[in-house]
Amino acid sequence: MANRPAGTLYRGKLGMWSWVLHRITGVGIYFFLLVHILDTALVRVSPEAYNSVVASYKTTIVGLAEIGLVGAILFHGFNGIRVMLIDFWRKGAKYQNQMFWVVLVIWVILMAGFVPRQLMHIFGA
Amino acid sequence: MAIVIEQPDAPRSRKGAQWEKRAWIFMRISGVILIFLIIGHLLVNLVLPERGVKAIDFAFVAGKWASPFWQVYDGLILWLALIHGTNGMRTLVNDYSEREWLRKALNVTLWVVAAALILLGTLVITTFDPCIDPNVHNYLPDLVCKG
Repeated sequence: MANRPAGTLYRGKLGMWSWVLHRITGVGIYFFLLVHILDTALVRVSPEAYNSVVASYKTTIVGLAEIGLVGAILFHGFNGIRVMLIDFWRKGAKYQNQMFWVVLVIWVILMAGFVPRQLMHIFGA
Repeated sequence: MAIVIEQPDAPRSRKGAQWEKRAWIFMRISGVILIFLIIGHLLVNLVLPERGVKAIDFAFVAGKWASPFWQVYDGLILWLALIHGTNGMRTLVNDYSEREWLRKALNVTLWVVAAALILLGTLVITTFDPCIDPNVHNYLPDLVCKG
């Protein structure tokens, strides 16, 4: 095709993929939230009930999955700020691509802080 | 049944438009607040304590909720995150469900679940009683338990 559309804010390229990622991370966080409210509610039942369920959070597999959860939360949060800047900042739409990379850099920095700490906790004594 | 495609420029009812606008504004306000609340939540529960996630147990929760600050903090996350998440899910349901009855059923389910969990969570935070643990005085020595 001679004249392929160059992609717009929401079609093709980064604008679309960040939107897709925002939706996927949002759904993931939503279902975790439902589970997390229910497991925390067990403190109203008995210390044993709560402790036995929270023990599953301390296993290696859930500890690693938690890295995915925190990654999803941080992306969703900072991309959410990008969405708001597109909405409210006069130059937001113009710089939406660059802002996506800023979101990614902030994400990498925060994850670089979180992941080693979490691995220490999971695999530490 | 024939699929009816609405005219894209057909005006919404005034009431419907108002509601959607409020939902749109709520997503942005709650989103900003949630970023701070949840990063704080992750720091205090997962990152800063010596043993991280492994330090979390009934005593840890009892210690936090002994302070009204953390009760309000966790209550705020509960309300804001659940309404924010439910409204986000509503957006996806409206986008992707093709059958009208299914769309309505899913949306009703979403709000029923949200109302039930907000009620449950709020009751858990406000009626939490650390005294159900017989060993409570090992970690909350000043606590007075009745009976």
